[in-house]
Amino acid sequence: MRQRLIWTVAGFGTLAFAACLFGPLVGSTRIHLSAVFDRSIPYADNVDAQIFFVARLPRVLAAALVGSALALSGVVFQALLRNPLASPDTLGVSAGAALGAMMAITFNFDFSLLGISAVPLASFAGSFGALLIVYGLSTARRRGTSTIVLLLGGVTVQALLSAVIAFVQYLADFTQTFRNVRWLMGSLDVASYAPIGAALVPMTIAWAGFATLPRVLDLISVGSESAAARGVNVERTERVALVSASLATGAAVSLAGPVSFVGIVVPHLVRLIVGADHRLVLPGSALFGGAFLIGCDLVARTIIAPLELPVGIVTAIIGGPVFLWLLFRRA
Amino acid sequence: MLAATDISFTYGRRANDGRAKAGHYVLEDVSITVERGSIVGLLGPNGSGKTTLLRIVAGILSPLAGTVLIGGQPIEQLTRRELARRIAVVPQETHSTFDFSVMDMVLMGRYPHLGPFELEGAADQEIAREALTATGTAALEARAFATLSGGEKQRVVIASALAQASEMLLLDEPTAALDLGYQFEIAALLRGLNAERRTTMIVSTHDLNLAAAICEHIVLLKDGRVLAHGATRDTLTAENIRWLYDVDADVQFHERAGHLTVVPIARAH
Repeated sequence: MRQRLIWTVAGFGTLAFAACLFGPLVGSTRIHLSAVFDRSIPYADNVDAQIFFVARLPRVLAAALVGSALALSGVVFQALLRNPLASPDTLGVSAGAALGAMMAITFNFDFSLLGISAVPLASFAGSFGALLIVYGLSTARRRGTSTIVLLLGGVTVQALLSAVIAFVQYLADFTQTFRNVRWLMGSLDVASYAPIGAALVPMTIAWAGFATLPRVLDLISVGSESAAARGVNVERTERVALVSASLATGAAVSLAGPVSFVGIVVPHLVRLIVGADHRLVLPGSALFGGAFLIGCDLVARTIIAPLELPVGIVTAIIGGPVFLWLLFRRA
Repeated sequence: MLAATDISFTYGRRANDGRAKAGHYVLEDVSITVERGSIVGLLGPNGSGKTTLLRIVAGILSPLAGTVLIGGQPIEQLTRRELARRIAVVPQETHSTFDFSVMDMVLMGRYPHLGPFELEGAADQEIAREALTATGTAALEARAFATLSGGEKQRVVIASALAQASEMLLLDEPTAALDLGYQFEIAALLRGLNAERRTTMIVSTHDLNLAAAICEHIVLLKDGRVLAHGATRDTLTAENIRWLYDVDADVQFHERAGHLTVVPIARAH
């Protein structure tokens, strides 16, 4: 087990690190890694380094954070609801976060709490609100309704929230609307380190929560009663998991909009490689999620260059078929 | 020894005085005692409160009133992990959402013995292998749990409960989903575990012949109350079966089986 954990972290860690290092090299202006880290040229004169660190690295780091947060949330939802199709998107949690963030952007909310500014806060509130609805459905599930009810519930919550999002958009002015539409497709237009710093605060709290979960998620994914009979505090675990996952989703959405399908594609790809054990799946998904979204963003930036696609389109085109495959493999 | 005394429970709303509204009890003043090393059968119609009683004994639910003592100690004084080291539960059916191997499933039984971030070591692997051998599933170790047959799954789940290394096993309708062959297999397994390891068991079941074959004592539950309890030969009578299920049955000692057998005849009116 220890060996497999080391291999998982080393393997996916290398991948994520390589993505962070080589991702910024790709773009309209060619730059070279050797020049970026050439200490003989002072930074003020080193154009390659400036492009690397100022223009491109923030975006790559944002992709890493967002991808990792969405993948982690996906793993947690799947285990907690014992449903391989659960994810921030299918449960409507991303839509809730998007609604919160959009309202904060459109109506210029101006407040902060614990160093977290209005957009991530509103985003978290939205994701948490949507999650409470879905969680209510999931406890109803325990009284005998099926998995299908939960997924339909998630789809319904999402449709409902999309309607409210459309309403908020309708109130916004024309240029605002255009920006909102782009943002809702999921785009990583991050040009500075400030929004990353803001997102890191809730993300760190979520990471601390996730860190307590791996083994407990294994037991809960087999059944919450048998988990309780083995000494797991199921209620406390559920609270920690749901708050952490909605914080992470909220932070991710506030940074990049509701990038879809990452929360479902990444965990399943990781499971194909490392197996079902959450002590491997959780760190593996965190690292691979980051690398995956950096890769998708590279495609988005280059495929119709000099124009840039919103990364959400790329993830959806990859993720849709994977989702269908999962659905029919299960059935 | 385990003693549950005057257990009451309701899933519904509780009135202001903390008691359930009349007629809403799932369990009402239920008492059972289970001697160390014995197998006790829990019989009763659907909805009689068998599963609820097992959940309360396992500490998964807390009773509205009454106490559960294990070895003289109230279970609410134990932490969840401590309790899990003394009582293991085999649920009616187990589905795994993800592709866990048989070994993965059995190692989960080691959870209450490990620290929060501790990984299973060689000793835990050894205990898990022993549990697989004891349940005749050692050859399945590397198989995916989801691909096993019903009988194999049930034996693996029992192995996982054995890996928990508790003195007591609670089994909720362990043969309900199994065909006749597997029913005998599980019965033989439980009897063997009891004989070799002196594992105490409470087995809830609808299978009267299973109860007759393996249980020394039987508790009859109806509408959340204990209808009768005692040694199997005194409790598993045609009269009690009629009260319990409204079914006419013949109960006879069967020479070849070596225990009482129940032949249901017709619905009683």
